[in-house]
Amino acid sequence: MKKPGKMLAELLRHVTKRPATTQYPFKKIDVPATYRGRIVFISENCIGCKLCMRDCPASAITINKVGEEKIFEAVFDLDKCIYCAQCVLSCNKKALMTSTDFELAQITRKNLRMVYDAKPKPPAPPKEPVVAPPADAGAAPASPQA
Amino acid sequence: MVNPEKIVKIPIGPQHPALKEPACFTVSLNGEKLVDLDLRLGYNHRGVEKAAEGRTYTQNMYLFERVCGICSHSHATCFIQCVEEVAGLEVPPRGRFLRTLIGELERIHSHFLWLGVAAHEIGFDTLLMYSWRDREVVMDLLAMLTGNRVNYAANVIGGAKHDVTDEQKAAILKAVDTLEERTKYYIEVASEETTLIARLSNVGRISLEDVKRLGTVGPTARASGLSQDARRDDPYAAYKEVPFSVITDTHCDVYGRTLVRVGELMESYKIIRYVLQNLPDGPIAAKAPRKIPAGEAVSRYEAPRGEDVHYVRGNGTEKPERVRVRAPTMVNLLSVPKMLEGNNLADVPITVAAIDPCFSCTDRAIRVADADGGNAQVFSWEESRRFGIDWYRKNGVDFTDVNKRLAQRLK
Repeated sequence: MKKPGKMLAELLRHVTKRPATTQYPFKKIDVPATYRGRIVFISENCIGCKLCMRDCPASAITINKVGEEKIFEAVFDLDKCIYCAQCVLSCNKKALMTSTDFELAQITRKNLRMVYDAKPKPPAPPKEPVVAPPADAGAAPASPQA
Repeated sequence: MVNPEKIVKIPIGPQHPALKEPACFTVSLNGEKLVDLDLRLGYNHRGVEKAAEGRTYTQNMYLFERVCGICSHSHATCFIQCVEEVAGLEVPPRGRFLRTLIGELERIHSHFLWLGVAAHEIGFDTLLMYSWRDREVVMDLLAMLTGNRVNYAANVIGGAKHDVTDEQKAAILKAVDTLEERTKYYIEVASEETTLIARLSNVGRISLEDVKRLGTVGPTARASGLSQDARRDDPYAAYKEVPFSVITDTHCDVYGRTLVRVGELMESYKIIRYVLQNLPDGPIAAKAPRKIPAGEAVSRYEAPRGEDVHYVRGNGTEKPERVRVRAPTMVNLLSVPKMLEGNNLADVPITVAAIDPCFSCTDRAIRVADADGGNAQVFSWEESRRFGIDWYRKNGVDFTDVNKRLAQRLK
């Protein structure tokens, strides 16, 4: 039957129901495990082929050699990163992984530059990291605020 | 005969004329009735095609995904289909089915979005709230399948990037059941709610002849009775094997476009169920070379808004020589002045929204021509910037002081 107010019943049915929205900052949002959040770098696996740098559409990754030995650190510009995870696909050694960390807002741009530093082998002089995450940067990635 | 002195010109836009995207519609009115409509684009030119020439094919895949914020998979797939054709790559069957799956999920979220926007334009905000709530279901599915809600990055050159697990299959089927039930309800609302029918009927009429003449595509053309769908006419991905019907309507107005879109939702559920039940085994992607041989290709893709066309010319290097993008809105916009002939001013927003426009997908180049057609001139980026500053200065708007003060403040 054609009459106005077709959605009225639907409206009334929802009066007693909880809202469909989430009170976001107060209640954390669950993201799926497959979510493409901040990229994590595992220095031990990196062989310095720089395929990720070559494929990155946003030039957000820089891989630098640390010291004399074949040890590499990664510098991420989180403000340039488009979170496409192409670097994860390009990496043949599983040195890059996605994480579910998506709350990446910062007050200044400086904080969005993230360094996964790697310690050079003892004989070489130690380098000062730009941002100081914990020593086991690969296993427990430092948050950008650090 | 209309007295020229009684004609009033009103600019609608460039700040969100219908959707939150820039385009300027200058309407000439005689009372409430529309006499003429002048359309201006170019407020959102991003230089995508030029940018593509400086990037590798892999990087371009992500660039073209960002041509449109809603049909991101459409543009990315359309581009990749060209690259695959030039490279002579055969996509494995599983990869083709997975592309179809993401493409149809995208169509569902796009049509739900349109339903909400159109409802909002006619003041039916209840429908907007409920349809967007249901859209969240499919957005969550896409986030689960690909890792992001909008820019799915679900392709690689030669196939698909993400495989579907059995748990994900079950989750998709469950969500599709929920969505189908909701869509049936919306079809009921669309066919029984008299206020909706009265508001949308005979608004933005365009006849089958005009649709053919103006080359209109997608649901806009199908709502005028033109049975045209790139999925059926020029099958890509897995559409050759998937049974589905092309929804058409003969209302020729905005109401018809609503019915076509909700009808297409039901077809999408059918396609998704078929794809999941008949998903072939095997690899999801073929190995692609870094260097794509010289050659050119054109590819068609039925985006939610209509037929999307990409052209790629390779020169044997890692980067394309030329890429051309023709978004469906480009052709559909041409039909808007025809649709609005003789309509009321209040019908402008809903008629524009009814083609589901996407202005930033459409903007390609700046070409300034005199009204008589001669004296065409192409502006470079710096020239157009300078032209803009001078134009505003001439009209009494000068940001020089403000910019200086802002720079000092930021120091």
